[in-house]
Amino acid sequence: MTLPYDSAAKFQEYAHPQMIVSTEWVAEHLDDPGLVVAESDEDVLLYETGHIPGAVKLDWHTELNDAVTRDYVDGAGFARLMSEKGISRDTTLVLYGDRNNWWAAYALWVCSLFGHPDVRLMDGGRAKWIAEGRELTTVEPKRAETAYPVVDRDDTQIRAFKDQVVTHLGQPMIDVRSPGEYSGELLHMPDYPQEGALRGGHIPGAKSVPWARAAAEDATFRSRAELEAIYLGEAGLTQEDDVVVYCRIGERSSHTWFVLQHLLGFPQVRNYDGSWTEWGNSVRVPITRGANP
Amino acid sequence: MTEGTLNPRLQEIADDFNAMPGKERLQLLLEFSEELPALPGRYAADHDLLEPVPECQTPLFLAVEVEPDETVRLFFDAPPEAPTTRGFAGILHAGLDGLPADEVLATPGEFTSQLGLQDLVSPLRLRGMAAMLARIKRQIREQRA
Repeated sequence: MTLPYDSAAKFQEYAHPQMIVSTEWVAEHLDDPGLVVAESDEDVLLYETGHIPGAVKLDWHTELNDAVTRDYVDGAGFARLMSEKGISRDTTLVLYGDRNNWWAAYALWVCSLFGHPDVRLMDGGRAKWIAEGRELTTVEPKRAETAYPVVDRDDTQIRAFKDQVVTHLGQPMIDVRSPGEYSGELLHMPDYPQEGALRGGHIPGAKSVPWARAAAEDATFRSRAELEAIYLGEAGLTQEDDVVVYCRIGERSSHTWFVLQHLLGFPQVRNYDGSWTEWGNSVRVPITRGANP
Repeated sequence: MTEGTLNPRLQEIADDFNAMPGKERLQLLLEFSEELPALPGRYAADHDLLEPVPECQTPLFLAVEVEPDETVRLFFDAPPEAPTTRGFAGILHAGLDGLPADEVLATPGEFTSQLGLQDLVSPLRLRGMAAMLARIKRQIREQRA
């Protein structure tokens, strides 16, 4: 059962308007039986301080990752997780979170690896919901457990691995980290020294477009025209391009992946989730330092 | 007190966490975040007196005072939208503020792994609390030198 799409004019300009909903839409559909809203944050306790009524919590660190291997959960693990959360294969899943939906976009990307048919982002995320004075609750919903089917994860379409990035050298890539990380002055993201790398710089040929440029002051996505000016204009991408995006562990680049794939409609965009914590620690891969690609 | 054992207050906090089922541990962490005292005026007015702890995902600031009788006073500042970081600070405040310097220095660096939070919070996030403790100890040593 698919819920109606959000017909807001801003979204109709995007390539895949079915992938995004407004806070108004969520407020209006909160009680619809086919909907599950899930909050995914950087701060693991934010959900407990108050969340959208009925929303479940989905944590990247502790739930979407495999506990041992550096990889995501497998089909059985994802099915178990979705079932526990009360999400069915035909549920309309709406994700939102803190920090311009950075982690929500990551969760959406992981759900897309399993081909969840109807998953959307709430534009503006947690910050906008709160700024509008909408209701929050600390009551955890009790959703009936479902029987989500085991679906194999498909890593071939929207995910890139290091060896594939090596063969991709010379083709379009976007580095979404901060300028200091891109140039190699910083071995880690400002304020995140625990996620560092032995070498600094960027993958040769990758253009620098920090991820947050896609977000407006109120944490919503910029309009299609503004996004085109950044990614088609400044970065020089074209719709025919096979694009790889990366950051440090693949979460900020999920946000840019969403922008390119779903808001601008690029048919071929892959997120390299190994990102700089893999590339910058790898032996004999090429690295460029400085502000130029 | 010997190196490697927790002082009685921290031990009680660790016992409280471990006595609870998983999800309730997060509620307890949230309580610590809510109980973190506000900064006293002298620090609120001059934020540069505080040391940043960039290892926390959301930046946290702290200050350490060692009084003439060696009593340690701890001050923390983190925004309300970073409850996990505030919760870590709240645990350290509840467990260490007001203790003699030697007892704070004897706190084992790996005590953050004794709270039963790894699976709920993730080891990566817990490193932020270990970094706070390391900076507190360094400041005590510097102030005594």
